[in-house]
Amino acid sequence: MAVTEQEILAGLGKIINEITGIPAVEVTPEKNFVDDLDIDSLSMVEIAVAAQDEFGVEIPDDQLKHLKTVKDVVNFIQN
Amino acid sequence: MSRDRVRVVVTGLGVTTPLGGDVASTWSALLAGQSGVRTLTEDWIDLLPVKFAARAAVEPTDVLPKPESRRLDRAEQFAVIAAREAWRDAGTPKVAPDRLGVVVGSGIGGITTILAAYDVFKEKGWQRLSPFTVPMLMPNGSAGWIGIELGATAGVHATVSACATGAESIGYAMEMIRSGRADVVVAGGTEAAIHPLNLGSFAAMRAMSTRNDEPHRASRPWDKDRDGFVLGEGAGIIVLESEAHALGRGARVYAEAAGVGYSGDAHHIAQPEPTGAGLRSAARRVLEDARLTGKDIRHVNAHATSTPAGDVVEALAIQDIIGDHPIVTATKSMTGHLLGGAGGIESVFTIKALYDRVVPATVNLDNLDDGVEVDIVRGEPRPLPSGQIAAINNSFGFGGHNVAVAFASI
Repeated sequence: MAVTEQEILAGLGKIINEITGIPAVEVTPEKNFVDDLDIDSLSMVEIAVAAQDEFGVEIPDDQLKHLKTVKDVVNFIQN
Repeated sequence: MSRDRVRVVVTGLGVTTPLGGDVASTWSALLAGQSGVRTLTEDWIDLLPVKFAARAAVEPTDVLPKPESRRLDRAEQFAVIAAREAWRDAGTPKVAPDRLGVVVGSGIGGITTILAAYDVFKEKGWQRLSPFTVPMLMPNGSAGWIGIELGATAGVHATVSACATGAESIGYAMEMIRSGRADVVVAGGTEAAIHPLNLGSFAAMRAMSTRNDEPHRASRPWDKDRDGFVLGEGAGIIVLESEAHALGRGARVYAEAAGVGYSGDAHHIAQPEPTGAGLRSAARRVLEDARLTGKDIRHVNAHATSTPAGDVVEALAIQDIIGDHPIVTATKSMTGHLLGGAGGIESVFTIKALYDRVVPATVNLDNLDDGVEVDIVRGEPRPLPSGQIAAINNSFGFGGHNVAVAFASI
């Protein structure tokens, strides 16, 4: 059974909260990781690795740099 | 004659130690003669001849938010906690970023990070290494994090001189202020090295106490039955400030940071030079730098680690250069030896002793070793006289680093 967008968003919120301390409720689709959430590139790597574990989807480095917003990551995982 | 130099004062204190998570709790435990040394319960202890250490009284991860703990090595966690206390204690000074510096070192750096990361690498591959591995293992990491938090742009430095690190950092900070590079500098040392590899390596040098049946009695500087040092962990950090800056903002001043004396033994990589020549040089130089005489020094917080080789030589050097009048103590008898953190916490204790006019006793000193004639506090804490007095913190490190820092009452 495929995971829904809501489930991915919730999982991502939990991961981001764990790694950065940002409340999960603030992790909404339109948020930009750098501009809105102030997440640096090192933390982004941690988030990507944790997301790979959680959702079983590999996020290659050359893709990761194009994932600017929370929605970008949700879409990447869904597809 | 050169023109009068900038006077440096101490306006903030912070520690986290085996006796407490802050200055107040640590200081009251020291005055009560408590020991922070405990039997270790980890399963690897069966592999080692040393089965105890002085763990921090307060787990840093219980104090710091989890996301912050994740990206800081344990030594950095201690440093950040002690720096925040010191900064708050100084009244969170308003200072221009380019007039604010940081000097915080560690003897070993992020060794537990290195070892844990290597396990991850071997078992799971490089992709599973935390991207924070390098900033966690580098010994300048604590200085970097504190510099970022406080916005210190005058200069962020990390001295590394084994067990003299904390004191050397404070000396370097004094020089930053005297030379006009900064008005305020946050300085001290940190260490988190309680790991089987370190206990095993120090044991391989035959440097550690193996008094496994009475760990709280194991750290016994100057006692005839001392058999080595006890490994401790934690951090001690102070806020140093030019007197003009401190007075300008109406800060509470604990003491003057009066001077620093350095020397190198140039003798042996790990053994003290047997005549104490290097220790005498450091003592002479600190008096000269602080423009004090031996008579002014009423208290010495000695390096005295409870190793057979070092303690007596230090006592003789104190007696020879400073005199037999200062009230001497070895707080390592209670905290264990924090390596790079030692000079940090012991400078805090020296300053507290001057400010509160009381010196904690050295515990476990049952039978004074032959040849030790300095006045060591035993039993109960001893008051310091009123009036203008000064005190010295000694810190010596493997590599032959000798540092003495002098503080004077205001």
